[in-house]
Amino acid sequence: MTARTRTFRIFAAGAAVVLAAAACSSGGREKTDDTASGGGNAAGSSGYTIAFITHETPGDTFWDKVKNGANQAAKDTGVTLKYSNDPEAPKQAVLIQNAVDSKVSGIATTLVTPDALAGSVKAATDAGIPVVGFNSGLDQYQKLGALMYFGSDETLAGTTAGKRLADQGAKHPLCVIQQTGSVALEARCAGVKTSVPGTENIQVNGADDAAVTSTLQAKLAQDKSIDAIVTLGAPQALDAIKAKEQAGSEAKLVTFDLNEQAATEIKNGNIVFSIDQQPYVQGYMAVTSLYLNIKNGNDIGGGKPVLTGPSFVDSENIDKIIPFTKNNTR
Amino acid sequence: MSQTVEAAPAPAPSSEPSGRVRAGLASRLMARPEIGALVAAIIIFIFFLSLAPSFRSAESFFTVLYQASVIGIVAVGVGLLMIGGEFDLSAGVIVYTAGLSASMFCWYFGVNLWIGAILSLVFCLAIGFLNGYLVMRTGIPSFLITLGTFFVLQGANLGVTKLVTGTVSSTDVSNIDGFDSLGKIFASSFKIGSVTVWTSVLWWILFVALAAWTLQRTKVGNWIFAVGGNPDSARAVGVPVVRTKIGLFMAVSFLGWFVGMHQLFRFNTLQAGGGVGNEFLYIIAAVVGGTLLTGGFGNAVGVAIGAFIFGMTSLGIIYAGWDPNWFKAFLGVMLLLAVLVNLYVKKMSTTRKVG
Repeated sequence: MTARTRTFRIFAAGAAVVLAAAACSSGGREKTDDTASGGGNAAGSSGYTIAFITHETPGDTFWDKVKNGANQAAKDTGVTLKYSNDPEAPKQAVLIQNAVDSKVSGIATTLVTPDALAGSVKAATDAGIPVVGFNSGLDQYQKLGALMYFGSDETLAGTTAGKRLADQGAKHPLCVIQQTGSVALEARCAGVKTSVPGTENIQVNGADDAAVTSTLQAKLAQDKSIDAIVTLGAPQALDAIKAKEQAGSEAKLVTFDLNEQAATEIKNGNIVFSIDQQPYVQGYMAVTSLYLNIKNGNDIGGGKPVLTGPSFVDSENIDKIIPFTKNNTR
Repeated sequence: MSQTVEAAPAPAPSSEPSGRVRAGLASRLMARPEIGALVAAIIIFIFFLSLAPSFRSAESFFTVLYQASVIGIVAVGVGLLMIGGEFDLSAGVIVYTAGLSASMFCWYFGVNLWIGAILSLVFCLAIGFLNGYLVMRTGIPSFLITLGTFFVLQGANLGVTKLVTGTVSSTDVSNIDGFDSLGKIFASSFKIGSVTVWTSVLWWILFVALAAWTLQRTKVGNWIFAVGGNPDSARAVGVPVVRTKIGLFMAVSFLGWFVGMHQLFRFNTLQAGGGVGNEFLYIIAAVVGGTLLTGGFGNAVGVAIGAFIFGMTSLGIIYAGWDPNWFKAFLGVMLLLAVLVNLYVKKMSTTRKVG
């Protein structure tokens, strides 16, 4: 306890010094009016509660955007949103079961491990709770009994990206997988490989930028014939830029997904294009479609999955998209 | 080898220290903590030299050194702590806590990064102090206490980042005042011919030298060995056990802060979920380098060699063009071998003490 008090005191003292100095430094936060709130109804005014369940590993910027979309949709439709997540399949199944037990009005869930989740999804449909799939589970969502699906076709995204690379003359792309054993990431690389047979995969530790950079640098030094790099997440694209500089490689860099810095690098020409699966739309549509289904009996997609990607971001449309990346919605 | 072991206790038991002097060069070498790691490092080095053509260049060697340095800097602290008989599982996450707190503080308040870096240092030292204080005060194994801090920091990294920036990665700090000067200290590089040398490598060497000197040549070094070997008898002979151990925890968090600054100034932004899992790499480096998990035995050079082995294998597999999916399996085998060698060395050194 004393240690804490002491720490706190040191901090308070430090903060006081800083605030007293209050030296205005450039490059910091743009001071805007934080209190301005978006429009929309007050939460919960429509009376529905929707459980929103993902396999997010905490700390991934991608899921931030999915959540932002879901929250905005909840605000717009007056729905109470209950967010929960667990990267492990059995625990995600328990989360779905929890939602069923607490008698929510609808469930939106990712179906990344369909076999493990089938039981819980069935419990939901048996209880008469509508289920919508999003982000992953394109091939299995109907079999599991989910009504609609919003997400990207990872293989299609990979093939399309590969085609664009092939058009630009790439023969030997390096596909960078930042997470072990992810079906979705492997599918992207497999898609690239169908378009460019010379594609090679490499596994990196996505939790450590220094490790990603030196691993890629080593790979680029080892194999000079690599003429394109495909990263599967925006942070890894930024590491790849550093690795390219170090290794003196001229490989073209393309990436899946976006963030603010990656968008800037697209504008600067360091990243040729990004394949965006529009996570914001996935979250937004999953919630909105459930709202419409409960309120009005609607279904979206005509019995087919609704694809939110691949959507390409390159030098042509980047100027329009940069402001949205700053809002953390793209 | 086993014959040498048996030969050692043969001379008159506990009568004269001359028996120790007479021990052959080979057995004296074998009893040094880092020897197993050194032999392994040389074997692995030759292995990759012969199998991976692109490994055979000065550029590659320095990339390996860089990779080793980012692990090795914290590993030196973790090694000292383990010699002192304690664990720190929060060492991987604290690296990101350091970088995130500095960057977000400066971004949010719009102040110079130097202020953020210093506050972040104070914060990290406080965490180290808290770790040590709780362990010493409660007597709960450090494994559990730091497992707790590990989870707290992991959650706080994410939660606070999300609150401050609205996303789960810190904002770009490269336009904030002080970035260039701090970048020079923590994350700059220079060229010698075609070779890029990162300052982190130099810092690493400096920290290793400092730790080695402290362990071998100073009173504090003796204290570290004593508290790790047997805290009760150390206390009985007047070693300040509590201060020594808390100091070690703070040393680890200081080095974690240092690498955190490197990550921040090299990559401008940090992902809030980063660093998880690296705590094991530090422990692996220390153990491969001949540090005993039970404390009281090990040295700084050994830990540095352990980190070098890590850098060499993680990149060597790529230079050789093999499937890097196997890297972790390879690392695990290395760890097991190192533990076996250590067990053997420990037996040897304890038999010699008896004799």
